[in-house]
Amino acid sequence: MMKSLISAAAIAALSFGVAAAQTIAVTNGRVVTNTEAGIVEAGSVLIRDGVIVAAGANVAIPAGVETIDANGGWITPGIFHPHTQLGLIEVALEQSTSDASAPRASFTAAIDVSDAFNPAGGHIPDSRRRGITRFAVFPSTGAGLIGGRGALANSSGRADSLFNDRTFLFVDMSQSGASTAGGSRNAAWAYLRAAFEDARFYPGRFMSHHEGDAINRFDAAALVSAVRGEIPIVLQVERASDIRRALRFARQHPSARFIFAGVAEGWMVADELAEAGIPVIIDPLRNLPASFDVLASRLDAPARLHAAGVQTAYTTISADLYFNPRLITQHAGNAVAHGASWEDAFRAITLTPAEIYGVGDRYGALAEGYAGDVVIWDGDPLEVMSAPVAVIIDGMSQSLVSRQSRLAERYAERVPDGQYGYRH
Amino acid sequence: MTIHGSREKGALWPMMAGALAGLAALGLAACNGDTGETGNGASADNGDGLVRFNPDPYPSTYTPFPSEIVLIQGATVFDGIGGEFENYDILMQDGRIAGIGEGLTAPEGAVIVDGRGRYVTPGVIDIHSHLGVYPSPGVSAHQDGNEITAPVTAEVWAEHGVWPQDPGFDAALAGGVTTLHVLPGSANLFGGRGITLRNVPSRTVQGMKFPGAPYTLKMACGENPKRVYGGQGRAPGSRMGNMAGYREAWQRAVEYRRAWNRYWDAGDADANPPTRNLELDTLMGVLEGEILIQMHCYRADEMALVLDMAREFDYQITTFHHAVEAYKIGDLLAENDVCAAVWADWGGFKMEAYDSINENLALVHAAGACAMIHSDDQLGIQRLNQEVAKALAAGRRLGIEVTDGEAVAWFTSNPARGLGIFDETGSLEAGKRADVVLWSAHPFSSYAVADHVYIDGALMFDREDPARRTVRDFTLGQPGEGVL
Repeated sequence: MMKSLISAAAIAALSFGVAAAQTIAVTNGRVVTNTEAGIVEAGSVLIRDGVIVAAGANVAIPAGVETIDANGGWITPGIFHPHTQLGLIEVALEQSTSDASAPRASFTAAIDVSDAFNPAGGHIPDSRRRGITRFAVFPSTGAGLIGGRGALANSSGRADSLFNDRTFLFVDMSQSGASTAGGSRNAAWAYLRAAFEDARFYPGRFMSHHEGDAINRFDAAALVSAVRGEIPIVLQVERASDIRRALRFARQHPSARFIFAGVAEGWMVADELAEAGIPVIIDPLRNLPASFDVLASRLDAPARLHAAGVQTAYTTISADLYFNPRLITQHAGNAVAHGASWEDAFRAITLTPAEIYGVGDRYGALAEGYAGDVVIWDGDPLEVMSAPVAVIIDGMSQSLVSRQSRLAERYAERVPDGQYGYRH
Repeated sequence: MTIHGSREKGALWPMMAGALAGLAALGLAACNGDTGETGNGASADNGDGLVRFNPDPYPSTYTPFPSEIVLIQGATVFDGIGGEFENYDILMQDGRIAGIGEGLTAPEGAVIVDGRGRYVTPGVIDIHSHLGVYPSPGVSAHQDGNEITAPVTAEVWAEHGVWPQDPGFDAALAGGVTTLHVLPGSANLFGGRGITLRNVPSRTVQGMKFPGAPYTLKMACGENPKRVYGGQGRAPGSRMGNMAGYREAWQRAVEYRRAWNRYWDAGDADANPPTRNLELDTLMGVLEGEILIQMHCYRADEMALVLDMAREFDYQITTFHHAVEAYKIGDLLAENDVCAAVWADWGGFKMEAYDSINENLALVHAAGACAMIHSDDQLGIQRLNQEVAKALAAGRRLGIEVTDGEAVAWFTSNPARGLGIFDETGSLEAGKRADVVLWSAHPFSSYAVADHVYIDGALMFDREDPARRTVRDFTLGQPGEGVL
């Protein structure tokens, strides 16, 4: 009975969304543009056919269009989480509900998360309710330090919400990656060098024999686009020395493009990262020597990276990547508490993630030509007590109902035992 | 992330303060006596020649750090028990709260702190931490929080596993934490005794122990015990087995207690005393009402069964920890005087955490039960004020009316009650320990940081003064030395 109710609500939400896809205006709020226009007080955003046609001050709103009054609240681009496993994991400890990692798989680089990504993933609605409109989907490492290829999705829950597949390759060169390579960082780098060679000489190397030095033919084929720099490689590295090693690898492979994730000690090599033009993904909340890889973790690391000119995006890995990506605004707020500017921190969860995945001209800002992903907040989005009051994706108003909100509403009203579960 | 990791480790009498203090003062009355040692763990007799055991063989050696007379002026003050006062002063003297009010007079020699534009709360108290037993760095040699060798290990004590050099203590201090409760993990049905610590640097765990705080006993419901032992082909392998395991142990404790009481009541110094059993000593302490049950339990239906079990064996559960589904049974918790210590938003990591909602804390509060935040995490403990803010905001959006002052109790007085130390700390009332945080902004803001943290009136942390910072041995000479 409950199931059918939920489906009916979902269908209603979707049909509303389609109907609203024509022209929609958001007015009367503090508009964070993420452009040179900065933050515009008392501005508006106009979206037509899913795309922003105007944003900021003095936006002419045509008569009769659907209008959402932000009522003096904040109007921002949707949050773009650069590092999630939404749609891959329902219950982390229940292997049967997770497609993030495949320790017994025959493949590495050939793994493609878009094969398993579930737009109806149970934790996507609550991420959307918290303002996340776009996100990257990451494979975990499993059989080897090359985890596979990730994708980009929106949080609408629609069947077509995965909008960019085989977007990047994930490779773990931290301590955990080393363990999958046999037990040492030396072995991990040897493996990665060999895998690169296998891809560089694909398919010739595989004509006479079917195995490469490190990876099989099918994986090598998948790795080619990363080696050629057609898609970026997200390299997980934490320790300063590992980051320097990775920088050397990047110099040795100039055609490949890299994003470094983790980077607990990245602030120590911030100038080198900036000079190499390599973007990073860092969790602002990690500040303990939780392992010997991250002895120099500190809360002002994001501020230091920003100051050095490193293109820096934030993540929530210290919480998790499947249930609590929604905490990314809190993580950004804490970066501000420890020295980052508000603008840098907000950019680190909107436009910068879009840029590092090559879609910064479509997502992460409120400007003409950008996708109509807009969130209206009841306060500063980086404040822990703020929340969205409306979320728009591709110009369509989204449902703010999630399984969690349904549970809360059910138990907000105490139901006598005899009626339990049947009233709503 | 399993039971070894932070989020898997894991009861107040919402006791009125007086009752708690009474219990603490009594100590472990049933097996108590003078503390003079006679070897073999036995204490000197009471002059009656009967064998009794020392209830406090590893006594606290905590002494407050040197303090000055401090007057914080003109701050917005949350007293931790519901009050919010504008332009208030707090006077700390001799390590105690000497005054709270408007326009207090500065005693001679007082350090004046300008609190204008800033906020004051009682020191943050975390009722669920594994600092010290799962310290940083989290290497294999540091996994001292779970005795995963048998499902009933009430005989182990967290304090015997606490590494006082865990850098996590320093970071927690910077987050305003003045008192924390360190528990064994949740692999076992009975995980062992927890310990309440002052968040001060010390070479020994004894130097951190909160003087007079009651011992606690960690129990665990649900998936963890049955997964750990069922996976080894041992009991418990199911929730049925969990309940059977608890009941079997409680029954042994009932019989043990009866044997000792019979021996003491007989008063025959020549009689052979019962054989001492360290595991049952702890369980007997619970039956005597002297050791507080802190029980890791996620699902509402399991908590309801455990409440019945507590009646079956006549003991009190103080707090359910994690209690992800406490919001479903807020009325039962209120009726049974049992608190819930919860997260703001952790969930999804296992099936029993699937129904996690942000409104949990506020819904439990609204049902009239005592509710509080907890961390279970070395990062979360650094910002329990923000965790409360999230829980509060979610509750308000659901239409639950809670004042900021009431919500401050969720990280101050309610955990103090849950640990049986409310008479001493957890609120800003004259005569209490001067455990105080001066915040740079409203503590429910993402941007607020603790500017000053006082423990027993001693300034232990000053954000502006790099010298006023505790630095554990491990970080000395490391790149992370002294940084936040």
